[in-house]
Amino acid sequence: MLITCPYCGPRDVVEFTYQGDGNRTRPDPASTDLNAWNAYVYDRVNIAGDQNEIWQHSGGCRTHLAVTRNTLTHKISSVRSTHAEPPAPPKPARKKPRAKA
Amino acid sequence: MAEYSALSIIRNALSGNTNWKPAWRKPDPKPSYDVIIIGGGGHGLSTAYYLAKEHGIRNVAVLERGYLGSGNVGRNTTAVRSNYLLPQNIRFYEHSMKMWERLSHDLNYNVMFSQRGVLNLAHTPAQLDDYTRRGNAMRHLDADAELMDVAAIKRLMPIVDDSKTARFPIYGGLMQWRAGTARHDAVAWGYARGADRRGVDILENCEVTGFIRDGDRIAGVTTSRGEIRAKKVAVAVAGSTGHVMRMAGIDRMPIESHVLQAFVSESLKPILDTVVTFGMGHFYVSQSDKGGLVYGGDIDGYNSYAQRGNLPIVEDVMSEMAALFPSLTTVRVLRSWGGVCDMSMDGSPIITTGPLPGMYLNCGWCYGGFKATPASGWCFAHTIAKDAPHELNAPFTLDRFHRGTVIDDKGQGATPRLH
Ligand SMILES: Cc1cc2nc3c(=O)[nH]c(=O)nc-3n(C[C@H](O)[C@H](O)[C@H](O)COP(=O)(O)OP(=O)(O)OC[C@H]3O[C@@H](n4cnc5c(N)ncnc54)[C@H](O)[C@@H]3O)c2cc1C
Ligand SMILES: [Zn+2]
Repeated sequence: MLITCPYCGPRDVVEFTYQGDGNRTRPDPASTDLNAWNAYVYDRVNIAGDQNEIWQHSGGCRTHLAVTRNTLTHKISSVRSTHAEPPAPPKPARKKPRAKA
Repeated sequence: MAEYSALSIIRNALSGNTNWKPAWRKPDPKPSYDVIIIGGGGHGLSTAYYLAKEHGIRNVAVLERGYLGSGNVGRNTTAVRSNYLLPQNIRFYEHSMKMWERLSHDLNYNVMFSQRGVLNLAHTPAQLDDYTRRGNAMRHLDADAELMDVAAIKRLMPIVDDSKTARFPIYGGLMQWRAGTARHDAVAWGYARGADRRGVDILENCEVTGFIRDGDRIAGVTTSRGEIRAKKVAVAVAGSTGHVMRMAGIDRMPIESHVLQAFVSESLKPILDTVVTFGMGHFYVSQSDKGGLVYGGDIDGYNSYAQRGNLPIVEDVMSEMAALFPSLTTVRVLRSWGGVCDMSMDGSPIITTGPLPGMYLNCGWCYGGFKATPASGWCFAHTIAKDAPHELNAPFTLDRFHRGTVIDDKGQGATPRLH
């Protein structure tokens, strides 16, 4: 299985860590709603078909990725960063000093 | 009905093996039953058998999507053991072990239960301490366990690398002598024949496609062979639990489906007469009566309903085998396959009434449900017949995750690939 990381390109699955069901939302850390926490920790969607899941490119750029993968065929139909907008690549801190003549 | 004896083998050989009777009937579905069991795996079949035998409930149908035994009951690596740490698990699996010891006799069908022992190897002093604790917990509750030192392990298993320079030197091990293996197909066939004989209809190629409701009560199922109604509908579909429960409108469960692979090598002369597990990583092996090594390791690690796995685990399993038994690196692999396992969030099963009225649920077997087959069916039949769990399966509820009473034998948390 290959996963195409938006930053690094197609990479072997061994470079990635599976983080499971991507349909869960973590409650606010200050929340005291036990049901919401229990659901977040223990309940899974577990679809036979196209499933939303989270993977981390832990052996590469370490970005968390939202992946849509078919659990019957292992075919991956979409991969994007879990950030709504992928962060812009960092700007160089200062201009490269130009070589002096 | 088929009976097997030396005489029947001779008689059938003389008539060209054309007169064997089928072991179970192939009936057409009736419009309704007292109990429908969805899933013709080991657990569905044993549930039907004990419903008829122990509770006199014989108007029962087992609905199997494919052919009988096409699921994990025919795909597992057949290890049977009760070497757990937590009392709920030891009691349940030890009950199962005692049932295994009588099973061939009870079914009048040879399931080839072989008490060749299951040995867990320890590779650090801390791991040996941990095994000592588990062994004590087992003995406390009437299961057998014995610590073995390296010399005894080497005598038992001369091919193991016991050198100090091994990649992971062996410090000792925990042996359960009464544990072992059984012939998995025979378990399915034996229960099927026993249930059929007591009047249970086994309906193969009968896929459940939806549930019939009467108000909020489950009143039957729609299938590829038509509608079938029942007073009670029991679900025992192992790896397909998420998919089937979704048809009943339950779209979140404390279950993930994962694929586990297994491997068989070419036939070898007898070299290993016990089941061994490697303590650094995840690898286990036994030798079948035909001589092939039967072995496996971890699940692939991401949700899958495909009955096939990927190559990284193949590499993983082979390298662990080579670390433990360097002499086996030249042995060729004959075949490999995968099965879809219902991984629960604490590694322990669920056998319960509900979660909907008229429904009963059996799932969460992870990759260890074969050894549970007798006790699971026995407890599930009790739960269905009495509308209440037996004390052995009372801890294995569905709501334990939300009530904070998880049964996490290894203390790994809600991450299936660590169980
Ligand atoms: C490779 C591998 C190795 C294993 N090794 C061991 C081991 O050494 N020891 C051990 O104890 N356990 C082991 N296990 C686990 C064990 O095999 C399972 O936990 C156990 O078999 C599950 O219960 P079952 O037999 O009822 O499942 P299954 O045989 O899978 O039965 C479920 C049945 O439900 C049917 N079904 C699904 N959906 C529908 C539907 N919609 N309608 C009708 N029928 C349906 C399926 O076709 C299937 O036949 C292993 C599993 C695998 C995959
Ligand atoms: Zn990357």
